[in-house]
Amino acid sequence: MARSPIIPAATESPVSKVKLAERNGTFQIRKVLTSIIDWPMAALQRLVGERGMAYVFLLPNLIFFGLFVFVPLGINILYSATGGAALFPADRPYVGLDQYGYLFDCGSYIDPNTCREDHFWRGVTNTFNFTMFQVVTMVVLSLLTAIVLNMKIRGRGFFRAVYFFPVLLSPVVVALIWKWILQRDGLLNALITSLGGEKILFLNEPGWATFWIVFVSVWSHMGFYTLILLAGLQAIPADIYEAAEMDATPRWRVFWRLTLPLLWPNLIVVVVLALIRAVQTFDEVFVLTGGGPGTATLMVVQYIYETAFSNQVQNFGLAAAASVVLGVVLFALTLIQLAFTRRKTS
Amino acid sequence: MNVASLLTARRSARRWHWTDVAAYAYLLLGVVLMFGPVLWLVLSSFKTQAGLLEFPPSLLPMAQKEVRVEGFPQPLQLFRVTMEDGSTRELAQVRRVGIQAQMVDPLNPSQQVRVPIDRRVPVRELSLATRNYTEPLERFAFTRFLGNSVFVTVVATLITLLINSMAAYALSIYEFKGKNAAMLVVIGTLMIPITIILVPVYLVVTTVGLVNSLWAVILPGAATPTGVFLLRQYMLTLPRDLIEAARMDKASEWQIYWRIVMPLTLPALAVLAIFSIMWRWNEFLWPLAVLTKTEVYTLQIGLNAFQGELQTQWHYLLAMTVVTLTPVAIVFVFLQRFITTGIANTGMK
Amino acid sequence: MAEVKLVDIKKSYGAAAVIHDVNLAIADGEFVVFVGPSGCGKSTLLRIIAGLESVSGGEILIDGHSVTNVPASDRGLAMVFQSYALYPHMSVNKNMAFALENMGLGKGEIDQRVRRAAQMLRLTEYLDRKPKALSGGQRQRVAIGRAIVRDPKIFLFDEPLSNLDAELRVATRKELAALHAELGGTMIYVTHDQVEAMTLADRIVVLRAGRIEQIGTPLDLYNNPANLFVAGFIGSPRMNLFPGRVSAPGQIAVGAETRTILVPSAGAAPFGSEITLGSRPEHIDIVSEDQADLVITVDLVEQLGGETYLYGSAPSLPQVTVRQDGQALYARNERLGLHLKRDALHLFDADGQCVPSQ
Repeated sequence: MARSPIIPAATESPVSKVKLAERNGTFQIRKVLTSIIDWPMAALQRLVGERGMAYVFLLPNLIFFGLFVFVPLGINILYSATGGAALFPADRPYVGLDQYGYLFDCGSYIDPNTCREDHFWRGVTNTFNFTMFQVVTMVVLSLLTAIVLNMKIRGRGFFRAVYFFPVLLSPVVVALIWKWILQRDGLLNALITSLGGEKILFLNEPGWATFWIVFVSVWSHMGFYTLILLAGLQAIPADIYEAAEMDATPRWRVFWRLTLPLLWPNLIVVVVLALIRAVQTFDEVFVLTGGGPGTATLMVVQYIYETAFSNQVQNFGLAAAASVVLGVVLFALTLIQLAFTRRKTS
Repeated sequence: MNVASLLTARRSARRWHWTDVAAYAYLLLGVVLMFGPVLWLVLSSFKTQAGLLEFPPSLLPMAQKEVRVEGFPQPLQLFRVTMEDGSTRELAQVRRVGIQAQMVDPLNPSQQVRVPIDRRVPVRELSLATRNYTEPLERFAFTRFLGNSVFVTVVATLITLLINSMAAYALSIYEFKGKNAAMLVVIGTLMIPITIILVPVYLVVTTVGLVNSLWAVILPGAATPTGVFLLRQYMLTLPRDLIEAARMDKASEWQIYWRIVMPLTLPALAVLAIFSIMWRWNEFLWPLAVLTKTEVYTLQIGLNAFQGELQTQWHYLLAMTVVTLTPVAIVFVFLQRFITTGIANTGMK
Repeated sequence: MAEVKLVDIKKSYGAAAVIHDVNLAIADGEFVVFVGPSGCGKSTLLRIIAGLESVSGGEILIDGHSVTNVPASDRGLAMVFQSYALYPHMSVNKNMAFALENMGLGKGEIDQRVRRAAQMLRLTEYLDRKPKALSGGQRQRVAIGRAIVRDPKIFLFDEPLSNLDAELRVATRKELAALHAELGGTMIYVTHDQVEAMTLADRIVVLRAGRIEQIGTPLDLYNNPANLFVAGFIGSPRMNLFPGRVSAPGQIAVGAETRTILVPSAGAAPFGSEITLGSRPEHIDIVSEDQADLVITVDLVEQLGGETYLYGSAPSLPQVTVRQDGQALYARNERLGLHLKRDALHLFDADGQCVPSQ
């Protein structure tokens, strides 16, 4: 059979294809609505040129960033360096580093009771403890869950969704679900008494309260990190495990010498992300314990919120100073995170 | 070979390792722990106030059965009574006097029987106290809270989709002076969460006069760095020559963005939309700070306030909590695949 | 001693059967090649021997012991993967030492073995590099080295050369042959390339659709293919296959030719039955038209310098390939008479099976 020379197929212009679809009526309505914007935008383009349009597209987002993020960042420093009770910086007297001095005035940094602003330091200690427990527990459990999900099991999609479900719930909902379970006459106490124990007032005891805020936080967030770690595990080529099998490698050694080192970059990212989030914890804890009993579960962000908004006397300057301190910590953590993601992609 | 190997040859080579059993056990435990509390919430939300006070609590929402008995205007409560001869009968209680109850047989109302109260056990049936849902929506302005949340979520998501996609478009398609600086700005925003700029954003919002309006909640978070990155990542995979061809066809840049690139970016837009809906619906700290009037409360703030002022009315609180989580649950059931793959991809970035 | 025996091996994925009743015996020290088109099950069969896939039926015996239910890690086999499967975060040294550490060998012994293998494979200067810093060919040698250090009874190779470029492939092929000569172990090798099979194998197992088509030495398969598939698969360029009919005892009509080909050895074939003639390009002579078995018109002449290939066609016949020594001068559209050498003619019946010559 004769072979004809290869003639390149006539290619249609992609825009013509879209216009064809439009003519077919699929986009008619949108066309009418959006054609109103077409004319002024085309006019704008004549004004600034094709390249200039890039700036036009970028502008709205940048305005928002500027107005609601960067300008406030600068003003925050201003607040922290000014005193008084007024909201507008113009009405606030300059005090230099006095606010910071007040904040950091402590007999011993380890014992919040010796500090002038003891709530702040209690918040710092609580946040530190919380972060340590929560991040370690959550990363370990997420890793465990990811490993289990990575095994050849039936219904993996279903189980993955199960662990992910609490991530979608709002912090208020999460806190109320567990508050209800932890009630004096709630489900947990019912289980305890049915096993012969005594009822425990979980949210009234500092030790238990701390335990439960960690538990609830891990419960609601671990699905997210499980997903990330699972994706990392699945990126490890399967034939490496087969090669390890041919090499007669025992299971624990496969995990320790192959899986873990290859997963390491993902783990670091997860740890740093979790740290950044944990340091800023507010929502669930606030609704679950309100910072109590007393100040046993008071977090730094709650301190900032209360100092600025809900206390009898609103102290914007002190709140700003505290948030600058928090900001520095977060900045350091985010730099670490970026360094690791850069290294991974390079 | 011998019989033994013949037999074993039939069995599958992959036997159940102890780790397989442990894995399934762990996963089952996960299902119980993750769904259990939510299930308990839903079940509890349908119990009456009295039902909620019981200890130990019953699993399902139950209420005592009531019957209409001839000759009595009001329905009477039904009990299972142990008679002296040991048999049990179902009797309706007319009234209780001290430790004696006057009861009648619903089928034979003329005869009254006196029964000591410790001989009777309530007959219960499954009963959903839907009043828990309807009353807060009518009496406590929860419908308003719901409306506020919906408004904020929808409007914020639309704005986010628009301006983030425009910015992503600029950063992916064009080469221009200051592009790197713009990228740095976007990355920088990642490092500045609301928690550390609460006060000054409050100032900005107050200056613009938006305090205690829903726009105060909508606007500050509309431009998200994650959104820009997500969309940009996706737009970078679109073929460049599509845009060149469109330019040759005399389309304006806006038309290219709106008519060509946006429809093609639909998958990424869908993921961002889902993220945005989730973030906005669940937002708490910032609305808490900036909304002080009840009529502008979103559902989350309303729920939190509700627990403060009416500490003991759990039956309403639980029901409203279920209402708050329902939209998210629906999104979850239908779009869970989208979300999980979207997060896996951004997490890997 | 490392013999392998496969008895009635069957493998199905759900309802789809991919391996049907494979029986095979491999002697100690033999270099056996599984070859066949993609999807024929050769890799699956290799993985079954390795233990990475389970069998749906049948038995695998190594040195007389049944290993059918023994997990891969305990079978004492070494495998070189198509993608090499090197541990990306470990150096070449550690990659090769890994299995030995699992075996519990002392550090000195491990070191010694690794160095010996590295020397054999010219990897000594790369011992501290990670896989991503190596070229494809080097990575492949590391994969082989990983297998060698274990001193296994049997080596398994899963298409090891398919990711290399043509030149490297030829060079590595020779190295593999040399390796086999030096190490002497039993080697089972999977490839889709019949040239590799012909050059490396002691025996070739030709597979198609999960069944063994023929087992034999390379020349055995070349000279005496048992069926149409093997005849067309082995040998490059392909054997010419002419579908025809028996028009009279000892006479076969092919194509639209009015003339028939006299094939005395086909005398027993019944009248009217379908029969395919097979003749390799080098077994066809160019003769005058009146003496020819069939006449073709030349479509294409390929001059390779040391030999010439002519491609021609005749009505109702598939394209014919003829090989001529040296630089034969023929022009397009020239008509040529072809004579098929009778002592190298293959006959296949309607089922594609070889008709043995009388």
